[in-house]
Amino acid sequence: MSTIPAELSYTKSHEWVSVEDDVYTIGLTDYAQDALGDLVFVNLPEEGDEVVAGEAFADVESVKAVSDVFSPVTGVVIAINEELLDAPETINEDPYGAWFVRVGNVTEVGDLLDADAYAALCEQEG
Amino acid sequence: MERKTPLYDIHVEEGGKIVPFAGYLLPVQYGTGIIAEHEAVRTQVGLFDVSHMGEVLFTGPGALATINHLFTNDYTDMPIGRVRYGVMCNEHGGCIDDLIVYKFGEEEYFVVVNASNREKDVAHMEANLLPDTSFEDLSDGIAELALQGPLAKDVMAKLCDIDQLPKGYYRAVRHVEVAGIDCMVSRTGYTGEFGYELYCAPSEAIALWRALREAGPEFGLIPCGLGARDTLRLEASMPLYGHEMDEDTTPLEAGLNLGVRMNKQEFIGREAILAAGEPKHIRVGLEATGRGIMREHMDVYAGGELVGHTTSGTFAPHLKKAIAMARIDVSHSAVGTELEVEVRGRRIPATIVPMPFYKHA
Repeated sequence: MSTIPAELSYTKSHEWVSVEDDVYTIGLTDYAQDALGDLVFVNLPEEGDEVVAGEAFADVESVKAVSDVFSPVTGVVIAINEELLDAPETINEDPYGAWFVRVGNVTEVGDLLDADAYAALCEQEG
Repeated sequence: MERKTPLYDIHVEEGGKIVPFAGYLLPVQYGTGIIAEHEAVRTQVGLFDVSHMGEVLFTGPGALATINHLFTNDYTDMPIGRVRYGVMCNEHGGCIDDLIVYKFGEEEYFVVVNASNREKDVAHMEANLLPDTSFEDLSDGIAELALQGPLAKDVMAKLCDIDQLPKGYYRAVRHVEVAGIDCMVSRTGYTGEFGYELYCAPSEAIALWRALREAGPEFGLIPCGLGARDTLRLEASMPLYGHEMDEDTTPLEAGLNLGVRMNKQEFIGREAILAAGEPKHIRVGLEATGRGIMREHMDVYAGGELVGHTTSGTFAPHLKKAIAMARIDVSHSAVGTELEVEVRGRRIPATIVPMPFYKHA
């Protein structure tokens, strides 16, 4: 059973989101990292890049495959977690600590799930 | 409908992530993950279920002539108890499959083929038997476990008389009692590491697996899935059917020269391979020098010119590098050549390096 912190919001594509002072921090959930397996490579956007709700803004690669990471919001990247570039395994080890980007100037927020709804989704996907 | 190996319930019990592969339901990995499984084999020992592999038996006075007719290698002077790699070609010199041949007796040859090719292999073999040869597909009556890693012998020492084990690489002993179970044991594998493959009756596979698991903890043994099997073979530059070779690739283009005896009088495909002359494309090893992971079916460029494509690629867990095998125009295939691989719209630099990428100590 994967961990789903109650204070975060979630997307149907398995990203987590936290909001503080209108800044959205985005990462991959425990369920996602477990499904992807050992991650060995991360591509992140750059500061100043625009991201669009529902569109890919980063990708992660496991030993076996590459997967897109989708943005839950439309806005501008104000910070990236450069540590992930050298240590992608952090996503496996601490998925809720291993944030990908912080996004500001948010003009649109996509559909987000609360922890209970996200738990139900994970349950359904098995 | 996918089939289950005799160890299916064990994989579920062990926490394996089950996927369909070559018509079977098999674990791609267990809870520890592909990297830990890969490292266990490189540094300690790992256990694989490879019961999906196909096994056939050629017997009779014509058996040797038949396998020399069907396969590219020469089995004429092979001692009993030896194992020898080979390729089975079609009339056009393309690879139907690659395989290993065990010599059990002067008139008895046991052949292990890829699960995904078993049906077409059996059809081709049956259609091309020479006189006085009996042929049997034994696949459903045999389970196979692979125990791979530098500590494999230590695990075996707890379960059998190690003096009975095969003494060298590509040698086999037909009957070894392992944890009381009658096994055929060979010093073979698909990992580039020291190790054994154990063949037994399907009804005894679970008991054999449990015995090896119980003997293993002190040596760091963990179960390993298809994911690690693939990264291990790729890191060791071992070709995989459907990737480095197929029915449109000759074994020489696939770089399998060691398993092809062109000076043998005759085998199916020999004329076509001779007629084709020197290969125009060959298999090379690539190492990424830029950021990115090469996968199969990616275009490879020399400057602006398309010179080939990758056939397998991954992040090599032990070497900690992005590596690939590729089919490249001979004119751009020298070791040290700097090329570019198009990884999802972005070209990353890669250099041709000697194979194998990894060789065990």
